[in-house]
Amino acid sequence: MITIEGVSKTYGKTTALHSIDLTIPTGQTTVFIGQSGCGKSTILRLIIGLIQAECGSVFFEGTRVTPETAISLRRKMGYVIQEGGLFPHLTAYGNVALMARYLGWSEERIKERLNVLTELTHFPSEGLKRFPVQLSGGQQQRVSLMRALMLDPDVLLLDEPLGALDPMIRADLQVDLKAIFQTLGKTVVLVTHDIAEAGFFGDVITLLRDGRVLQKGTLEELVQSPADPFVTRFINAQRSPLDSMKKDLG
Amino acid sequence: MKIYLIIIYLFVCNFNIAHLFLSAVYSSPTAIKIGSKKFTESVILGEIVTQLIKSTGELPVHQRELGGTRVLWNALIKGEIDIYPEYTGTISEEILAGEGAHSDEEIRLALSNHGIKMTKPLGFNNTYAIGMKEEVAEKLKIKKISDLRHHPDLKFGFGNEFMDRGDGWPILRKHYNLPQKNVRGLDHDLAYRGLEKGTIQVIDIYSTDAKINYYDLRLLEDDQTHFPAYNAVILYRSDLEKRAPHVITVLKKLESKITESEMIKMNSRAHLGMIPESQIASDFLSASFSLETEPYEESAIYRLLRHTGEHLFLVVISLSAAILIAIPLGILSVKLPGLGQIILGIVGIIQTIPSLALLVFMIPLLGIGGPPAIAALFLYSLLPIVRNTYTGLHDIRPQLRESAEALGLPPGARLRLVELPMVSRSILAGIKTSAVINVGTATLGALIGAGGYGQLILTGIRLDNLSLILQGAVPAAVLALIAQGCFEALEKFFVPKGLRL
Ligand SMILES: Nc1ncnc2c1ncn2[C@@H]1O[C@H](COP(=O)(O)OP(=O)(O)OP(=O)(O)O)[C@@H](O)[C@H]1O
Ligand SMILES: [Mg+2]
Repeated sequence: MITIEGVSKTYGKTTALHSIDLTIPTGQTTVFIGQSGCGKSTILRLIIGLIQAECGSVFFEGTRVTPETAISLRRKMGYVIQEGGLFPHLTAYGNVALMARYLGWSEERIKERLNVLTELTHFPSEGLKRFPVQLSGGQQQRVSLMRALMLDPDVLLLDEPLGALDPMIRADLQVDLKAIFQTLGKTVVLVTHDIAEAGFFGDVITLLRDGRVLQKGTLEELVQSPADPFVTRFINAQRSPLDSMKKDLG
Repeated sequence: MKIYLIIIYLFVCNFNIAHLFLSAVYSSPTAIKIGSKKFTESVILGEIVTQLIKSTGELPVHQRELGGTRVLWNALIKGEIDIYPEYTGTISEEILAGEGAHSDEEIRLALSNHGIKMTKPLGFNNTYAIGMKEEVAEKLKIKKISDLRHHPDLKFGFGNEFMDRGDGWPILRKHYNLPQKNVRGLDHDLAYRGLEKGTIQVIDIYSTDAKINYYDLRLLEDDQTHFPAYNAVILYRSDLEKRAPHVITVLKKLESKITESEMIKMNSRAHLGMIPESQIASDFLSASFSLETEPYEESAIYRLLRHTGEHLFLVVISLSAAILIAIPLGILSVKLPGLGQIILGIVGIIQTIPSLALLVFMIPLLGIGGPPAIAALFLYSLLPIVRNTYTGLHDIRPQLRESAEALGLPPGARLRLVELPMVSRSILAGIKTSAVINVGTATLGALIGAGGYGQLILTGIRLDNLSLILQGAVPAAVLALIAQGCFEALEKFFVPKGLRL
């Protein structure tokens, strides 16, 4: 379980988070959603200890995340970002195996783990010897996911993992990801600004606005009993193509 | 760290190879070391002294063409050389300027305060003189220095040394009340060329200069006796009296033994006859002392090899040290931005110091020869490497920096496994730039006795020998290309394949 208690974060003059309290339950998928700049990525960075809050604390399974504890806590978390997070000087294999090698795993154990992961993520194993520039965007994200899963972490943190992909590949990966989440039963924290994607993945959806939590609940709850007119505006802003067709016909 | 191990290995290997090459130049500490200035007469005298000392069974070393008066005098004071030929006028007007030592006795006394002794004059007076092309002087009817007063438009080109010595241009101008404004300081050997081309009309010249006849020059009469006597003498360290008294005995044999005409003849054999100085010295000893010495002159191939060894020694040591220091400095500059600005500022400023000035600046700190040249080259090589390391690391995309950190790698491992490999190309490019600059700048090392290809270039300029200049310049250019090629080849080893796609 991850708990965020009274956390505020400012960058210079901008306040990214205003005294947030949140609990992220174990074994579920929690989705953060909101407009660009509302503080979604900031929450993930705080959890994995890349940045520190000015006030308040973040706890990971009871341990407070500080610069001292972060290094070891990070090995229990897997982190995937939107795009461009793969190291260009390493092959797909090298990227995925980097941390395990550093920790002194045998090459045999690494290979075994990779077999499991390529199957899980539907990544063609002959692609492992390619460098990131030689992979498609979708393949790159599968590699990022394998890298995040390599040490079998308790928690997966995904910051718009599908944001840069074209719709078809994105749909494929959404299905694959959801299957993976279900198979592994891990705690997942996912950031998106696509309401449909949020509904597809999220057991719980947290809608943020300007560094504050506006509403927390399932997609139905957000649609049916919005806590604020903004919630409805935000959801309606992302009409599906079918909606607009209906409107034209009607 | 693979890179570091390989660099250290190269460093050690080269040190051994260079050591073999250099044993001839940077010889054992007890050997008697003779120095000479970078003009032919001094080299011939140095060679005569060397061969004479050799005949006593010693194994003296002649460090030729070390530089100008300052360099030789400092080297003598510091004990880097034991003996060198000098002129009384230079001693009183320049070395002891302001000490009011004019007579030989006063000079002797003043020198002994520095721990230096002087032989009696060798017999010839090589005074400074003012010279013009015979035909130009004839046309303008200039015979005496005072005649120059009527020709304010004449262009003067004086050796750099003459521009600021005690009896040099500023005092000469006052003494004769000369009106000329167009006065350039330039390398003395290049002044003759200017005279030939007509870009200058008046130069300073030595009265025993072989080129007087060759270039058909008229020496202007010093009608108001400005120039003091420049009697050739030999300076040596007082401690030789204890260390090697027999050496002083043979030095004294040279007193009153070389006449002006003999010296002019020897100079012109070197310049016009292209006869090696060692041969000229040997011929002189044979004629004047019936002493048969073996003129040692290395073959062209051996000489090229030796200079290659010296040049490589300078480049490899200074560049390796620069790599070992500059990469950590670049890393430090990124990790501690405040300190980084200071580091980048300092290495930037070093780069703006003219190379010759930096070399000369090193002499009081490190003496002459290899060490000061290596120190200067080292300083020059820092900037491109520090800057490229800094820029490379600084410009790593934030997503990559963040991904490495989020994996749970500690800072050292991040640097080693992710950041440095990703910027290896940029670092290597910096090293390549440094290497090329270094090879080129190392040719200046010869000016302070560090040898290398620059020595051939210097000697070539001195003897007006184009082939010799090319023997230095071409290998230096080739070496720069080879260095560049080597580092391009090294990219395959040091730059990960993923970055070369
Ligand atoms: N390093 C930084 N320096 C200054 N301001 C920052 C920095 N990182 C984020 N911010 C600011 O903090 C606020 C929250 O940023 P954050 O990255 O968390 O937004 P986000 O919700 O992830 O947005 P997006 O959907 O565009 O990724 C924004 O206003 C942003 O401009
Ligand atoms: Mg974001």
